[in-house]
Formats: sequence, C-alpha cells, structure tokens
Amino acid sequence: MKKVWAFLRGCFTLLKKGSKFYYAWVSFLLALMVIGTLAYINQMYSGLIVTAMRDQVSWGFYISNFTFLVGVAAAAVLLVIPAYVYQWKPIKEIAILGELLAVSAMVMCLLFVTVDIGRPDRFWHLIPKIGILNFPQSLLAWDVVVLNTYLVLNFVIAGYMLYSLYYRRQPNMKYVLPLLLFSIPAAISIHTVTAFLYNGLSARPFWNASILAPRFLASAFCSGPAFMILLFQVIRKWTNFEIKDQAIFKVAELIAYAMFINLFLLGAEVFKEYYSDTAHLAPMKYLYQGLNGHTDLVSYIWTATFFNITAFLLFLIPQTRENFVTLNIGSVLIFIGVYIEKGMGLVIPGFVPDVLGDFYEYSPTSTELLVTMGIWATGLFIYTMLLRIAIPIMNGEFYVGEDGVHPYIGDQEFLFRRGLVTEEDDLMAQ
Amino acid sequence: MSDKETREEKVFRLTRRKALKGLAIGLGALALPPKGASASVWEAFFQKNFRELGRAEIEKTLARLEKEYSAQYGKPVKVKATPPLEGVLYGYALDLSRCIGCRRCVYGCVTENNQSRDPQIHWIRVLRLAKERGVDLEHTEHYYNPSKVPEEGYFYMPVQCHQCENPPCTKVCPVQATWKENDGVVVVDYNWCIGCRYCMAACPYGARHFNWKKGGLPAGEMNPDTHYLGNRPRPVGVVEKCTFCIQRTRELDGKYPACVEVCPVGARKFGTMLDPESEIRYVIPIKRVFILKEDLNTQPKFYYFYSV
Repeated sequence: MKKVWAFLRGCFTLLKKGSKFYYAWVSFLLALMVIGTLAYINQMYSGLIVTAMRDQVSWGFYISNFTFLVGVAAAAVLLVIPAYVYQWKPIKEIAILGELLAVSAMVMCLLFVTVDIGRPDRFWHLIPKIGILNFPQSLLAWDVVVLNTYLVLNFVIAGYMLYSLYYRRQPNMKYVLPLLLFSIPAAISIHTVTAFLYNGLSARPFWNASILAPRFLASAFCSGPAFMILLFQVIRKWTNFEIKDQAIFKVAELIAYAMFINLFLLGAEVFKEYYSDTAHLAPMKYLYQGLNGHTDLVSYIWTATFFNITAFLLFLIPQTRENFVTLNIGSVLIFIGVYIEKGMGLVIPGFVPDVLGDFYEYSPTSTELLVTMGIWATGLFIYTMLLRIAIPIMNGEFYVGEDGVHPYIGDQEFLFRRGLVTEEDDLMAQ
Repeated sequence: MSDKETREEKVFRLTRRKALKGLAIGLGALALPPKGASASVWEAFFQKNFRELGRAEIEKTLARLEKEYSAQYGKPVKVKATPPLEGVLYGYALDLSRCIGCRRCVYGCVTENNQSRDPQIHWIRVLRLAKERGVDLEHTEHYYNPSKVPEEGYFYMPVQCHQCENPPCTKVCPVQATWKENDGVVVVDYNWCIGCRYCMAACPYGARHFNWKKGGLPAGEMNPDTHYLGNRPRPVGVVEKCTFCIQRTRELDGKYPACVEVCPVGARKFGTMLDPESEIRYVIPIKRVFILKEDLNTQPKFYYFYSV
C-alpha cells in the first residue's frame, strides 16, 4: 500500500512539471471546463428548460454525445486485438494509449448522462442495496453495469502496467492477460448494450431495427480508431514518444474494413425502409429528405454520408491510406461523419415525428453547447494527465529512484515542438 | 534553506490547505442540503422508494409533504396514499363519433391534477385527423385552433395514458420509480424518479411528461386534494403522467376522473372492468372498439369506439 501511495505522490509531482506548452494547454482546458461548469450550474438552477429538449424530443445533444463516445471507448479493442491476440509488436507498444483513451471516453460518457438527468442529486437511487437498480429489466441498468465495468477494467489494466514499469518490473502477464482478453468482449458489450437501449423500444420504429447493434459496432470501429490516428500523430509530434508508421497504417486498414461494413449495413437499412415503404419510413424520410417541410437534419446527414464514403475510398486505396495528408483528411472526415451519424443523426429521428405525429425540430441551445464543450475539455484534460504519466513511464524517463521512494523524473517538458523528424530523415541517419 | 524561507513555505502551505478545505466545503455544500435546512430536507433527500416504505413511514412522509405544500401554497393541503380498491381494474373508453375536439378535458385535467401552467403540461393531447384518412398518426394536427369546433371534414382523437397491461415504460425505468398498481393504473413515485426520461422514449402514446422547469403551478390555482402517486405538486426534473385521477377514483365515495366529468358530449366512459354491470363492460362487447397501436402488444385499458 505504501508503494502505491509513493507512486501516486510521484505522479502528482510529475503532473506539475512541464513545458510552457503543457501549462498553456492545461490552462486552456481548465478554462473551458470552468465555462462548462458555470453553464451546468445555470442548468441546475433553472432546470432542463434551458436546453432545447422538450416532451416530444426528450433526449438531445447530451445523449447524442454519450452514444458517440461509447463508440470511441469501445474502439480501444481495435488496438488490444492485434497487440495481444496476434502479438503484433508495433501496436503492442501503443495499446496502452487506446486503453487510456477508453478511460477518458468512459468518464465523458458518465458525465454526459449525469448532465442529462433531471435529478442528479438522486444518482444514489441507481446503486444496488442503497437504492434500487432495475437489473436485469432495464437496459439502462445494464448500461450502468457494463460502462462502469469497462471503465474500471481499462483503468486497472493500464494502471497496473504503468505501476509495474514505474517500479522497474515487467508486468505479470498472468494477471494482465486475462483482463486484457476480457476487455475485448467488454468493449463489444458496452456498445451492444447501448444499442439495445434504443433498439428495445417498440415505440420508436427508427431504433427498433435489429441491424442497430451491428451498425453501432461497425461505426465505432471507424470513429474511435480515426480519432486515435490523429492523436498518435499529435503525440509523436509533441512528445518524445515513438509511434511507428506501420502501426498507424494498420489501424487505417482496419478502419477501411469497418467502414465497408458500416456502409453496407446502412445500405441494407435504407433499402428495407424505402422499398417496403411502410408507416415506419417517416423518421428516415425526415432524416434524409425532410418531411412535411421539416428539413433540419437533411444537410447534416448528407454531409455525414458524403464524408463517410469519401473517407472509405481514401482508406481503401493503399496509396492514399499511406499518405499522411490523405490519411489525415480521411480521419477527420470519418470522425465528423460518424459524430453526425451516430450522434444527432441517430437520436433525433427517433423522436421526430413523435409517437403521435407531432414535429418538434430540435437544435441545441447555448447551454447545451457550453456544457458539452466543458465535458469534452474534461475528457481531454483527463487524457492529457494520463498521458503525462504514461508516456514518461513507457519511455523510461519516470521511475522510482535509488532510494525506492522518490521518483526520478527525466522528462521535464512533456509537451514540446519536436523537429520534424520524418521517416526519410530516419533513413538518412541510418 | 534559511529559517525565513522555511517559514514562508509553511505559511504558504497552510493557506493552500485552507483554500482546499474551503473549496471542499463549498463543493459539499452545493451537493447537499444547506446547513440551516430543517430536518425535513434531509428526510426528503434520504426517502426510500414508496413501495419500500412501511405504514408508519408513509404516514410520516405524507405529514411532511402536507406541511411543506400547505406552507408553499398558503392553504391546507391533503396528501393521500389511498391504495387500490380490492377487485377493481379500471378501464376507459372514448367515443370518437361524439368527441368534438373542444379540449375541455385537457384543461379540466390540468386544473384537477395540478399540472404546470408555465410551461403548460397537458396529460391529454387531442389530435385532429382528416375524416378521409381515418386514424392515421402520420397526418395529425396537434395545434388546431379554429374559432369553432367541430370543423367540417375532421374528427378528433384525444390521447392520454393508456394504462397498458404490458407497459413498456415501467420495464425500462432504471430505478423502479414507476410501476403498475393492482387496479391497473401506472404511477410514478415523483420522489424516486431520477429524471432520465427513458420511459418517455419508451411510451408509444406520448403519455409521459417531464418537469423541465420548477414552480409552474400558481398557488391560487392549486388543487389541495391530492394523492402521493397522483396529482400532488411535482418537483422539477421528474416525469409525470395521467393516473385516471386516483385521488378521485380510489375513494369509496369515488368520483369519475375529471376528464369524464367535464366532457360536454359524454364521449368518455369509465369504470371497473371486473364489474359486469359497469358502463365500460357494456360498451366493449357491443360497440365497434379498437385500441391504438395494437401491434405493439401494450394491451391498453383505454379503448376507442364509435357509437354511431
């Protein structure tokens, strides 16, 4: 126990050290978090009336972000599988970045649910024994269980590995491997349960399609990894952590497969709805064409579709996949595309038209935007803190000192602009 | 390090610790009831789910709420917790050939059940439908506003909670804050609901409504005859719904729900389905009856019929 405290104290000492870039970045995030908190306090004080949600559209931007981020978190397995099932070294070196991303995304998910509920003061009603968790009846209860399990699982795996490395020991794979393997079905479960949460509602034909869970998974394996590709490049440009091109290209290749399945499933759904042309077509018509003069989502969803298809082509062709300009364009397109499709594009048409045929066109208010911004900043803040600890440890620049108590900190800077070391320069040097 | 430096560091540390302490207390105070709050605030915060309360605890809770509401609305307020009557299963039938779309039921319900006036919450929603299309929920008008009803070529369809035998809304609640009572009425414990609104997404009839804002009920218009699971004033951030006026119908000298009483054309029929002599039992076998969204297997106890 004493060693854990020494490790945590060491981590806090480390977190305080950093370059001016590090301080600027963290202050920037903290400022956004403060703004978000103020907006949330205002929402607590006035009630959810300050959002654009109403009885017809009873979930909005918060739950959209929640759904999207569950996908981002689930995508960490796309690193775990090649790293630990196939023992592929270039990805094994970076798998921990995916696990830490999952931790940050899960915290964001929980925050988005918290800001959405009307009575956050009663959250303890969800705790079994003290309150009542309606398990296994309610899918929301399932979601509470699997999201928290996944959060703890990733935190424990990454935490244990870093802790061992800090004390200059190899992590005991006898403990870690079962957890890592368990994190694969756990990742699939968080997204499946979140899909079932919508899927199980017969009142909402747009969600009540059995293709929903597979579509969720397919799109998750696009958006999460696309985000990671961008992050990896930022990390290797701004810190002294090495990430091989090979690893990035492999992730991009996996995205191409996932995006193919995603587009295929989307096509299957569009075909079924339009060809059978039943009363259940209305929400999809509202989304893609507009209905009765209500066209708020049409331009968004077509943007998303265009982005996703373009990105699919960019990732499919090896030449564009392995060119950093087109690769990054593709990643940004996928991130935005899936953010629209799995966020507002999924949640809102479930409510429009509403169950009695009323149209309420939803678009988030400034409070919702500010709170959302605050939560994204919180997620990035957590990820930055986790990386501040993880990267020096993995680089061997942060470990316990000779006395066995005080830490040795080699990496005083963390964030700094690295000279543009490209692959070619490396080759030249060799 | 010189003495002065050490001392300075100490002084700094102490103040920082104080600042942190202050911050912690401040955050704690935000989350919990304030120090000056009376014991009842604490009791309310830690109140258990209604179905887990014993008889004595229910009495205590009702007394606490009566005191609170009486002070808030400036008149004596009664909060009952009358349980379902034995051998009763409520049913409701609505005559579409009589309904003229006047919305008196909507406002009668608002007055009786203490709904928020700002923003307006309506437990009953009247849809205007074109006669040539029939019951087609894809083409409904919710905001019709002519000078005179009924209008040529249209008929009207009021929708409220269908008190399903197989309710999709209670199933999804993560904390069991809503359930079906033995008389078939689906109720909400407003003191247990966490406001996640999953039940609203699950309801196929748009019967559940959320308190987006607090204090929408003017004291002067408050109906002081209330039921814990029915029409007592609702806190902000929770879901509410039609209960077939349990504060009226569950009493031994029971009255009809307010919407039945107020309907000027007698389109609304209410009674217990277990009594062969009741009006509802007369209507169901002999009239042309249908239920809304039958394919969803919600098994409503709210029937629509045509008398002519």
